Amino acid sequence: MLKLEHVNYEYGQGTEMVVHALKDINLEIQDGEFIGLIGHTGSGKSTLVQHLNGLIRATSGVIYFDGENIYADGFSMKELRQKVGLVFQYPEHQLFEVDVLSDVCFGPKNMGLSVEEAQKEAKEALTLVGLGEEYYKWSPFELSGGQKRRAAIAGVLAMKPRVLILDEPTAGLDPQGREEILNLVASLREKTGMTVVLISHSMEDVAQYVSRIVVMNHGQIAYDGEPREVFSHYRELEQMGLAAPQVTYALYGLKNMGLNVDTDMITVEAAADNIAAALREYGASPGETGSGNDSIMPEKNGCSDDGMTSEKKERNDNHIMPAKNIQGADSTAEKENGQKDGGTVSGKGGL
Amino acid sequence: MIRDITLGQYYQTDSVIHRLDPRVKLAGTILFLVDLFLIKNVWGYLIATIALATVIHLSRVPFKYIMRGLKSIILLLMITVIFNLFLTDGNVIFQIGFVKVTWEGLRTAVFMGWRLVMLIIGTSLMTFTTTPNQLTDGMEKGLRPLKYLKVPVHEVAMMMSIALRFIPILLEETDKIMKAQQARGADFEGGNLLDKAKALVPLLVPLFISAFRRANDLALAMEARCYRGGEGRTKMNPLIYNRTDKMAYLLIFAFMAVDIFIGRFF
Repeated sequence: MLKLEHVNYEYGQGTEMVVHALKDINLEIQDGEFIGLIGHTGSGKSTLVQHLNGLIRATSGVIYFDGENIYADGFSMKELRQKVGLVFQYPEHQLFEVDVLSDVCFGPKNMGLSVEEAQKEAKEALTLVGLGEEYYKWSPFELSGGQKRRAAIAGVLAMKPRVLILDEPTAGLDPQGREEILNLVASLREKTGMTVVLISHSMEDVAQYVSRIVVMNHGQIAYDGEPREVFSHYRELEQMGLAAPQVTYALYGLKNMGLNVDTDMITVEAAADNIAAALREYGASPGETGSGNDSIMPEKNGCSDDGMTSEKKERNDNHIMPAKNIQGADSTAEKENGQKDGGTVSGKGGL
Repeated sequence: MIRDITLGQYYQTDSVIHRLDPRVKLAGTILFLVDLFLIKNVWGYLIATIALATVIHLSRVPFKYIMRGLKSIILLLMITVIFNLFLTDGNVIFQIGFVKVTWEGLRTAVFMGWRLVMLIIGTSLMTFTTTPNQLTDGMEKGLRPLKYLKVPVHEVAMMMSIALRFIPILLEETDKIMKAQQARGADFEGGNLLDKAKALVPLLVPLFISAFRRANDLALAMEARCYRGGEGRTKMNPLIYNRTDKMAYLLIFAFMAVDIFIGRFF
C-alpha cells in the first residue's frame, strides 16, 4: 500500500555540512503488516517515517500511497496524514488542550468532523488505549507518564488511520510501562487490523511482536526480512551498534557447542522449551548418564526471564561438557558470553 | 521554513575571523556600526563595503548563507527604501500624478538601503563567526569595569548566553511540535488571520511547557554542579589578546579613521 522508490533525502544544503540522511531507499509496505523499523540513533529511521505521511519531502525519489504518487499535483497531504497516522517520539509533548477528551478530538476536528462525531471517535480511541470515561475531563498534564503517552496515541488513533507508525513509543518509560505500551500496540493491531510500523532501537522490544524487521544503518536499509532471518546476522548487527535478542546469542552459543537447538526461536519461552527438548534428545543419546539429565529438567520449566536463561545455559555447560569431553568447550562458552555482554552494552550505548 | 532563519546562528568553520578574540569582534562590530552612521558620501560607503567584503571573504562563511539572513528584513528594507524614495522633498526628477521622485529622495533611499544591508550583514557576521559562549565571555570580560558600578556583569552575561543557547533548541522544538500537530491534521498556513492565530495555540502551549521544563532542568543541573554566580569563578580558557588580535584592532582603527575622514569630508 505504501511504496518508496529510490528515495533520497539531504539536509543542510548550502552549508558546509550537507547530510545525506536517506540514501536510495526502496521499501514496500503491504496492508496489515506489522513491521519493526530498527536502527541506532541517527540511522535515519525517524526521517524515513516522516516521509511516509509527507511531513518531509524527499530530495529525490517517489512515494506511492495506494498506487498514487504523493508528490503529484492535487494529492491531498491532509488526507494522507489522516490515513498514515504518525505518533512521534515523546508524543505527550504535543498535548495542549484543557482536558483529555478535547485533546484527542483535535485530530478528528481537523479532518472536518462535527463536534459530536469527533467526540465519538475520540471516545472510541480512548477506550482502545485503555483510558476510561473518568479521565475525559482530566487535564492531560495531570496524567501519569504512561497515561499521557496513551492519551497522545489516542489522539492519532482517533483519526482512524490505516497505517499507524509509532516512533520509539517506549522511550523514557519504565519496564512496566514499556510492556504496557507494546502490548497495547499489539492488541490495537489485533482489534483494528491496522498496518503497524514500530520504530525502535531495541530488538528485544520488537522481536516478539512484529512479523517483519527492517534494519536501517547510515541512511540505508541494511536488512529487511523476518525476525529470525535478520537475527541470524547478529554479528553484523553488533557492528551497527545494535544487538539481536539475548536468546539468539544463547541459542547460537549452544548450537556452536554441538547442541541441536533451533536458532530461529525468538521469545524466551519458546527458546527455553526448545533447549529443553534438545537436551532431552541429547540425554537420550548413548554415553550420557541419566541422573545428570534429571537434575536439569525440572529447572527448565518455568524459566521466563533472560537472567535465568543465561544462568541455566552456564549450568548446562558445566554439566554436560565434562561428561561429553568436548575439547575447548569452556573457552567457547566464555567467548560466547563475552560477545553477548558486549552486545548488550553496545545496545545500551545506542540509547 | 523555520531553518531559514540564520540570524544569530553560528557557522561552523575555521578561519582567521573565527579565531579572533571575541572582544575584538564585538568592538569591531560596534565601531563598524558607528562608522556606518557617520559616513555621508558614496566613497565612504564604498570603502565600508570593500572592508566588509574582505572580512566576509576571510571568514569563509558562504555568501549565500549570509544572504539568507537578509530575507527576514526584506520587508523592512523595502518600506524604508520606498518611503524615502517617494516622500523626500527636493529637486524633482519626474512626477506622475502626486507621486514624485526627487534627487534627494533617491540619494537617501539608496544610502538607507545600503546602510541597512551592511548593518545586518555586519552584525550577523559576528554571530556567524563567534559561538554564543565566546560572545558572552567577551562581553563579560569587556564590560568588567562596570562591576565597580554594581552592574551584575557576570549574571547578565550568563543569562544572555543561556538565552542564546536556547534559540536553536526552541527552534528545533517548534519544528518538532509543528510536525506532530501537522500529523494530527493541523494546518498552520491556510485560513485568515484569526484562523492562523488560533492554529498557533496547539503549537505555543506545548512550546511554553517544554521551555519551562528545560529551564527547570537547567537550573537543577547548574545547582547540582554548585553554580553560585560569578564570585571567585575562574575560566578554563581565559581570554588573552594575541598578536593577530592586536593587528585586528589596528586595522579596525585604521579603517575607521580613513573611512570617516573620506566619508564625511570629500
